[in-house]
Amino acid sequence: MSKRFPNPRLGPADEPRPSLPVRAVNNPRVRAVCIQVAVFAVLVFALAAAVFNTAHNLRKAGIASGFEFLGHVSGFDIGQSLIEYSRSSTYARVFVVGLLNTLLVSTVSIFFSTLIGFFLGILRLSPNWLLNRMALVYVEVVRNVPLLLQVFFWYIAILSPLPGPRQAIDFFGAVFLCNRGLIIPRPVLDEGSRWVILAVVVAVVGVVGLKIWGDRRQRLTGRRAPVLLLSLLLVAGLPMIAMVATGYPVRWELPNLKGFNFLGGITLQPEFTALVLALTLYTAGFIAENVRAGIQAVPTGQIEAARSLGFRPGKILRLVVIPQAMRVIIPPLTSQHLTLVKNSSLAVVIGYPDLMAVFAGTALNQTGQAVEIIAITMLVYLVISLVISAVMNVYDRKMAIRER
Amino acid sequence: MSYVKTVRTRDLPPPPTESGLIGWLRHNLFSSWLNTSMTFVGLAVLLWTLPPFLGWALFKANWLGDSQNACVQPMGNPDGACWVFIKVRFGMLMYGFYPEVDRWRIDYAFLLLAASAGPLLMAGLLSPKHRDERILMVVPSLAVPVILALHGAGPASLALAYLAAPTLLSRLGTRTGKLPPSTGFFGRASAIVAASILAYWAGVLAAQTLQTGLEGVIGLVAGFLVFLLPTLRRSSSAMWRLALLLTVYPCIAYAFFIGGGFGLRYVETDLWGGMFLTLVLAGVGITASFPIGVLLALGRRSNMPVIRALCIGFIELIRGVPLISVLFMVSVMLPLTLPEGTHINKLLRALVGVSLFYAAYMAEVVRGGLQAIPRGQYEAAEALGFRYWKSLRLVILPQALRLVIPGITNTVLGLAKDTTLVAVINLMDLLGILKSALADSNWLGFTKEAYVFAGLAFWVICFGISRTSMRLEKRLRYGNR
Repeated sequence: MSKRFPNPRLGPADEPRPSLPVRAVNNPRVRAVCIQVAVFAVLVFALAAAVFNTAHNLRKAGIASGFEFLGHVSGFDIGQSLIEYSRSSTYARVFVVGLLNTLLVSTVSIFFSTLIGFFLGILRLSPNWLLNRMALVYVEVVRNVPLLLQVFFWYIAILSPLPGPRQAIDFFGAVFLCNRGLIIPRPVLDEGSRWVILAVVVAVVGVVGLKIWGDRRQRLTGRRAPVLLLSLLLVAGLPMIAMVATGYPVRWELPNLKGFNFLGGITLQPEFTALVLALTLYTAGFIAENVRAGIQAVPTGQIEAARSLGFRPGKILRLVVIPQAMRVIIPPLTSQHLTLVKNSSLAVVIGYPDLMAVFAGTALNQTGQAVEIIAITMLVYLVISLVISAVMNVYDRKMAIRER
Repeated sequence: MSYVKTVRTRDLPPPPTESGLIGWLRHNLFSSWLNTSMTFVGLAVLLWTLPPFLGWALFKANWLGDSQNACVQPMGNPDGACWVFIKVRFGMLMYGFYPEVDRWRIDYAFLLLAASAGPLLMAGLLSPKHRDERILMVVPSLAVPVILALHGAGPASLALAYLAAPTLLSRLGTRTGKLPPSTGFFGRASAIVAASILAYWAGVLAAQTLQTGLEGVIGLVAGFLVFLLPTLRRSSSAMWRLALLLTVYPCIAYAFFIGGGFGLRYVETDLWGGMFLTLVLAGVGITASFPIGVLLALGRRSNMPVIRALCIGFIELIRGVPLISVLFMVSVMLPLTLPEGTHINKLLRALVGVSLFYAAYMAEVVRGGLQAIPRGQYEAAEALGFRYWKSLRLVILPQALRLVIPGITNTVLGLAKDTTLVAVINLMDLLGILKSALADSNWLGFTKEAYVFAGLAFWVICFGISRTSMRLEKRLRYGNR
């Protein structure tokens, strides 16, 4: 290329100046185009080669590509399923079962890890030396040991050697722990229980309405309504009234030992229990640190200002510290939740039938449709990640500082 | 005025309730009713958990003996941990199925690593007077005659070459490798690259004619040296040590591990295992994912739309999926995409998977650092006439990377912990080997001991990494104290 280009490095000129001769090889714009074309070409070439090789290898192995296999009968059993499933179900159903199990284990673990994480994070800031050291030891131990090891620990070292149902560890006669898993009471909904559920819903809606009304009244008149007291009354009272009126339709079915096994209650399999325990305790350690960092990020001046305005400690916490701390806590908390969902794929090592184990594991081995199955699995995790971060972004935006 | 004292009386000591042990207790444990009750709750929890655990792990534990009998009645205490199991299986847990007579090779390679990486990480540990970091090299140097006596000249010469290299090269580098200044950047760069490629082939040829084996390793070392000599011409010896650590050390270590030349027996990677394999995975993963991550981060902030889109796509895709799925992909799909008959080593596949996965996380961390650098720094570098790479190397990256040391540490810790996932694709890392050790019918039922031991091992490594990074962070905090 012998053409001369103007030198863009000289920047915008107020008056046209004579452009200095610059060789094409030194012109950033030309170089950018060349580099991009080269990278793109290499990539296209690599992709084409990969596709060609894959097609060739698959043809040799006698595997038809495409998604028809989803309609074929799977022919294997799955230990735990939220929907109806048998070995004569299709691979598409295997996918759904796996996905639901992944979602179940993730949701339960997210709930408990957030709860424990906040608790531990607050303990880390406690003025009590003993508690704060204990929380520190917990966090440092849990965060520095691989999750996989913790999953193995709970599953192989703790839950598997437990005694059988007859010698089950008994928690107040309601929850039992044995080698069959964790057996918990089951809520039984008799006739009329829908009125109770309705009452709960009404109570929740009422509380939200009360809060809005109370805030508005305070803004307009400066007087606070006893929102907390009324809410408690509403939440506790309304379902109670419904229960009494319909004759206690909701009750708990306690597990009890009949022969060699438990009857009644819900049996949470050891795989599920181990996975939830490991995911919860591991993630709680990380969330605790996020919470601690978030609360410490609130400037001391804010707390001092609130104190000088005459706020009581509880109010300082509720009205000054927490709203500002949440703003800092939410983004890392979201990424912890995302990590948890991805980490739930560790189920594969202990045989909990999640998406990775039954679909990208068993189904892949049986059909050999590696490309399609891996692509679907990755896509699912990607979508879950995007959905969680979208939801959290909405919340984050709501909590963000509103500046004038 | 005689009633005014002319000598100052001594201050009274603070009341005993405010100082010393009692004061500390009052302030930290019993300052209020709430605090006191919480202290008792904490004590109760401690009493409930700690004595049984300590009894199991220490006081009632079985330490002596060499078979399962030592841990069960009547000889041992079945209530205590059976550390005999760990003791008997220790070699296997550390080295996997690596032949016992060759394990010294691994030890020596890690000794070299500790001696050459130690001073870089812990400078300031030695007092400023005796700052000569070469002092740590004494131990591996003293070992060379021993190796010579026990294992012959081949391995000894490998070790000696690496030990002597930094001093020799930094001397040599100041004198040679000068190109005429008129060649310009491109001329220089292409001359250096061409010379290194030539050196690589020369090394390979030389190794073939001498029939030493390990041609690729020798070629790589020769290529790296020819590349480094003119590039690092006037650098300090610390810089040389770092550069050699990142380029030549992996080759030497690989030569020691795999063998097949220099009088070292060939040990295929299927036999690698245990802690050794975990460290290899973590080490390679960290050293590979960091530069790839930096490049991805730069690509994400690039002005070229194609590069930017590719980098964003790669980073977001990888960060959205679990590591296991990436490992599945490289172990199942990667062989499919290659021409028929190509075989990639299982270990190499795992390394590719782990490195690419963590490169995406590293990229996001580095991007945070790049975004935190004020615009003025970029503009100032440009105003001084620095080209893109030069401004990055001298102005932007040193500041950006220093800012994100905590983030890099977190990623490194995640990587170190996640290397355990390779057990899913049947590699025998520490956890994989533990599982096969537990399946031994002579040693059934010692799962708790096994996992507590492995947990302790990982804890020591990870805690060590995080403390080292804190030290590094403190040392590198120049201006913004």
